[in-house]
Amino acid sequence: MGLKLLTSMIVGASVAAVLALAPVALAKDWKTVVIGMEGAYDPWNLTDSSGKIVGFEVDLANDLCKRAGVECKVIAQDWDGMIPGLKAGKFDVIMDGMAITDERKKEIDFSNPYAASPGSFLAPKDSPLAKATGAGTVINLDKDPAGGQAAIKSVQAALKGKTLGVQVSTTHANFAGQYLKDIATVKEYKTTDERDLDLKSGRLDAVLEDLPTNMATASKPDASDLAVVGPEFIGGVFGPGEGMGIRKSDADLTAKFDTALAAAIGDGTVKKLSEQWFKADLTPR
Amino acid sequence: MDWGFVSATFDKLIGALPLTLAVWALSVILGALVAAGVTWMRVSGSKPLIALARAYVAVFRGTPLLIQLFIVYYGLASLPAVRASVFWPFLRNAFDCAVLSLALCTAAYQAEIFRGALLAVPPGQVEAARACGMSGLILFRRIIFPIALRHALPAYSTEMISMVKATALVSLITLWDVMSVALKIRNDTLVTYLPLIIAGAIYFAVNYIIGAAFLGLERRLSPHLKPRPS
Amino acid sequence: MGGLDIFGFGPGGWGFALLQGAAMTLLVSACGLLIGATIGGFVAWARLSGALLAGAAGQAYAALFRGLPELLIVYFVYFGTSTLLTAAAHAAGYEGFVGVPAFAAGALAVGVISGAYQAEVFRAAYRAIVRGELEAAISVGMNRALMFRRIIAPQVMRFALPGLGNLWQVALKDSSLISVTGLTELMRVSQVGAGSTHRPFAFYLGGAALYLVMTLATTRLFDAAEARATRGMRRAAG
Repeated sequence: MGLKLLTSMIVGASVAAVLALAPVALAKDWKTVVIGMEGAYDPWNLTDSSGKIVGFEVDLANDLCKRAGVECKVIAQDWDGMIPGLKAGKFDVIMDGMAITDERKKEIDFSNPYAASPGSFLAPKDSPLAKATGAGTVINLDKDPAGGQAAIKSVQAALKGKTLGVQVSTTHANFAGQYLKDIATVKEYKTTDERDLDLKSGRLDAVLEDLPTNMATASKPDASDLAVVGPEFIGGVFGPGEGMGIRKSDADLTAKFDTALAAAIGDGTVKKLSEQWFKADLTPR
Repeated sequence: MDWGFVSATFDKLIGALPLTLAVWALSVILGALVAAGVTWMRVSGSKPLIALARAYVAVFRGTPLLIQLFIVYYGLASLPAVRASVFWPFLRNAFDCAVLSLALCTAAYQAEIFRGALLAVPPGQVEAARACGMSGLILFRRIIFPIALRHALPAYSTEMISMVKATALVSLITLWDVMSVALKIRNDTLVTYLPLIIAGAIYFAVNYIIGAAFLGLERRLSPHLKPRPS
Repeated sequence: MGGLDIFGFGPGGWGFALLQGAAMTLLVSACGLLIGATIGGFVAWARLSGALLAGAAGQAYAALFRGLPELLIVYFVYFGTSTLLTAAAHAAGYEGFVGVPAFAAGALAVGVISGAYQAEVFRAAYRAIVRGELEAAISVGMNRALMFRRIIAPQVMRFALPGLGNLWQVALKDSSLISVTGLTELMRVSQVGAGSTHRPFAFYLGGAALYLVMTLATTRLFDAAEARATRGMRRAAG
């Protein structure tokens, strides 16, 4: 035993280490584009039981890549490592229901938006949010500041002393931080799954999330007592919509996808996919 | 080097230290109580109690703390029976879940330390004490406990430091401890290493202080083991 | 599907995924332990060599990685290895991103932590070798390499086994922290399953059961290895 085993173990470990560190090269002439998605953000992108990533963004990406003449590859990435991963070069595009915001524009570029989904609340059906001003309507915080203020005030009253759940580093977290900081307890979660578990167990009184995601959660069989309630917001801190995140140095890639996206919106492909996955047409106008 | 950023980061991280220390202190104390109970079962002489104690230690030392934490925080909350029970006001709260889970885990390790310490008490001393008429509480207080304590201190010090490191896991169940705040600063500012380095320095400092404190305690309690003045 | 169906091996069942996660856990822990053995060996050698600088460096390494939370080290290694390798590659003129797979970063993190403790185990094991044997080896004319191969290494391995068995269990549990990097080891699979099916109690309990089985089974293996390695040795206590 002893020395022979030790030597072979060290040799084996070294070989394994060398093999494991195989470098990954990225093409600059855009034959293949690697796209980062969470795979845990139903219905934008989700992982099916066979481990494959499917969803609105997967279908849209395949369509856009075909139009742009490149091959797409989708890889999974946790939400809180999305922008660092893009900047480090792990992938070339972020498609994960990422809203276009000025903060993010400081770090990365965005394509034109491919969806404009409002932020909405998911809560038990009897939550006070259900009776808030503007419940069930979409309020544009940029175009209707007065209506927005009224709705926000009524949301603040409904959530006073309650607990709200959001995902970290999202526009929803920003909204909560800006308007609900000292009014409600805001809990931030790394993943939407963990946050939704806490909503179901009663630790959270409400969740602030994209409308399609909330609707997908509410439609599950074990969410019979939950519903999308209260006003829905677009614009302002939520931004104009969701777009593809691309490194600032890849302006040519951004241009490629903008062209493809314009075509896809123009011929109704985006509307079709939106209605298929979101049950509503969320094409940006 | 942007010293303003370093200073602001340090302030934010220090602000989270009380939570880290609170989780640590409460879980260590609660764990000691549970460990005392487990140790009592272990030395009780009753076969079923011994088996139960051994099973407890095997389970809580044989599974990762992270999964224990998730069972307590997410797992229990998903059971309607738990939500309807008298424990729900506590289990609803992430802090209480963290303390409970860490306490149950450290109890298993502390029980083993206590057991080893008790075994290290020379039987001759116990016999002599009994021959003098001591028994029960007095025997424990005057003979067993002081000797066992001295033997337990080094291992106990290591366990205390392990527990400080374990508190970093509560960042994964929505508590804003030093680890969470460091990661949030990284997410918000995209400065990757500096917040982690400063957080590391804070944890290291805390562990150093604890280690030094226990070393001092060991020296005080074992003057007969100090090297002779030359 | 209710009850224990979700753990089944049919379509929609997570049985295979959990077992694959367990296999990944064993693999990454084993690689981590080996990396730790290499590092621990170096650090122990540095501290035993008597050279002041090497000794101090070894001590500093051990103190540093025993005083930092394991979760912090995992994050640091995960973020750091990609950056380091990409920077090194750029310096060598290579364009583009050098990816370090989560497996490698995870095994390295476990190894870096384990190495700090393994150094102590190796150091104590070396000190347990009877000095007389080393003197005899020198007097018989063995050179250092031969002495290492025939006297030191076998005995160090024998004395280190109990401590290494313990550290293997620690590595197995530390590997659960690699879940934060996204590697699909057992903890991660349990998490994904729990979130996806909204049944956290079942999945985390199932995952814990698998960890327990792995711990108990591998402890048996180490006990058997210890018994075989110490056959014929006289010991103070049985």
